[in-house]
Amino acid sequence: MSAILVQKPGLFTTIQDLGREGFGPMGVSASGAADPISLRIGNRLVGNPAGAAALEMTLVGGVFTFERAAVIAVTGADFSPSVDGIPLPMWTSIKIQEKQTVALGASRSGARAYLCIQGGIAVEPFLGSASTHVLSGLGGFEGRALRNGDRLDLGAPNPLFRKETLSPKVLESLQPRKLIRVTNGTQSDWFANSSWNIFCESTFRITEQSNRMGTRLEGPPIPVDPSREMITEGVSLGAIQVPPSGQPIILFVEQQTTGGYPKIANVISADMHSVGQLRPRDEIRFERIEMNEALSLLIRQEALLGSKELFQE
Amino acid sequence: MRKSNTSKLPGGDAQFRAASDQSLLVSFGQQITLESHRRVLKLLRLLQSKPIDEIRNLHPAYCSLLIKFDPLRLDHSELQSRLVPYLARLEHAPLPKPRQIEIPVCYGGEFGPDLDDVAAMHGIAPTQAILLHSSPIYIVCFLGFAPGFAYLGGLPKALASPRLETPRAKVPQGSVGIGGNQTAVYPFATPGGWRLIGRTPMAMFRRNQRPMNLLQIGDRVRFRPISEEEFAESSSR
Repeated sequence: MSAILVQKPGLFTTIQDLGREGFGPMGVSASGAADPISLRIGNRLVGNPAGAAALEMTLVGGVFTFERAAVIAVTGADFSPSVDGIPLPMWTSIKIQEKQTVALGASRSGARAYLCIQGGIAVEPFLGSASTHVLSGLGGFEGRALRNGDRLDLGAPNPLFRKETLSPKVLESLQPRKLIRVTNGTQSDWFANSSWNIFCESTFRITEQSNRMGTRLEGPPIPVDPSREMITEGVSLGAIQVPPSGQPIILFVEQQTTGGYPKIANVISADMHSVGQLRPRDEIRFERIEMNEALSLLIRQEALLGSKELFQE
Repeated sequence: MRKSNTSKLPGGDAQFRAASDQSLLVSFGQQITLESHRRVLKLLRLLQSKPIDEIRNLHPAYCSLLIKFDPLRLDHSELQSRLVPYLARLEHAPLPKPRQIEIPVCYGGEFGPDLDDVAAMHGIAPTQAILLHSSPIYIVCFLGFAPGFAYLGGLPKALASPRLETPRAKVPQGSVGIGGNQTAVYPFATPGGWRLIGRTPMAMFRRNQRPMNLLQIGDRVRFRPISEEEFAESSSR
């Protein structure tokens, strides 16, 4: 028996977990949630393992009717969630009764909201993950974004579950940033000081062409040394490629696994969830930091996510 | 942690560069050669047969291997030291005899809308371009871009063609393209800027088979020209 009927899919709603690592040699990138922190917290709020499969909504959320009772949590950006028309608090576990309808609207803050449900969404894993890889039509629900009338199944509920709410202090410290911190990338020294000055001192706008493969930016062009010839190499999550146009692209979760453009810098791991919350027309800036600082920030973030103070009763 | 970007360690001519706070690029020279390809392939195979726990992913390319690792358990310099014994074995690590794979291609017409342009660009007849493309034995240098997309090395210089000014929004699945001095088959209908000269009915990525990708790094590939009838027959099979 299915558990959830998709009444309206929203703009672009896919099933995501924490992605599939280890298939780079096949040309398959990790995919996974664009804002993995919101996914992890949402899953923990409903008593799931942090990497259970949930719904990732983009800019405009969907409408879902529950065909059986379930425990849910809505996390990520504020898409004005409601249940049967009554506003639904975010970042907290909520019991939904059979035949109730959960609706999300247009984003009021970032780009992505997550609907996490106890038991997780049950789909056949592809290469060990439920994540949808849209470009290749693999994983998730039939390898595609959800449509009207789709029916989703759930995994087994967790009988040990206890209602939880995210601590407001933690929520505050995990707020998505618009000043994105970066470290050097593999071709950082190909860019003259003048190029670096443009990169670090300008404001860049997110374009409409951005998607889960890459976040495309628009700003003053960053000159690339034309005498350098790039040989295609493996590219990491968050790499900031500068094509001949000088308009940078941040490689994102559904990234190509190799690339032939020079990379001026790389977004630090601790700020990747912020990239996942960027909307078209948002404006960002970059700040270059040292590698060891990037690592300390990640360690601090993970400590916060693992701490006892994460939730309040 | 190191501030400088490049350094050398014992264990061959490998160069290390931090690509991000969770990845390290190991490169073997700055030229696409058979030797650098063999080193990448050997390091990949060694790391696959005797995995380092903290490594999460490997992205091979022409003359480099990007290693993604768990930054909470390892840093760049520790990973470098852990790689030393692997690099020391590269010289003598055996590589299995490469697999030979033949890919049938229906050249030109609606399957290869850019064949005539490519031929004209080089002042040759389309039939000659087909002959040139289907003669060599190509090497799968690596898979990248998209699942199952194999970058093939060995394209005759007389066929090297610049990418399209404006990439196509959707390249049909199975299209055979030329981009610079590389050729490849598009495993999925994706956007693409390579010039399309033909199409294969053969699936490059098969989610219900093992291995899923028809081609693997190190394979040898030949293209065999087929007729439209043969294409239709293989597709319906």
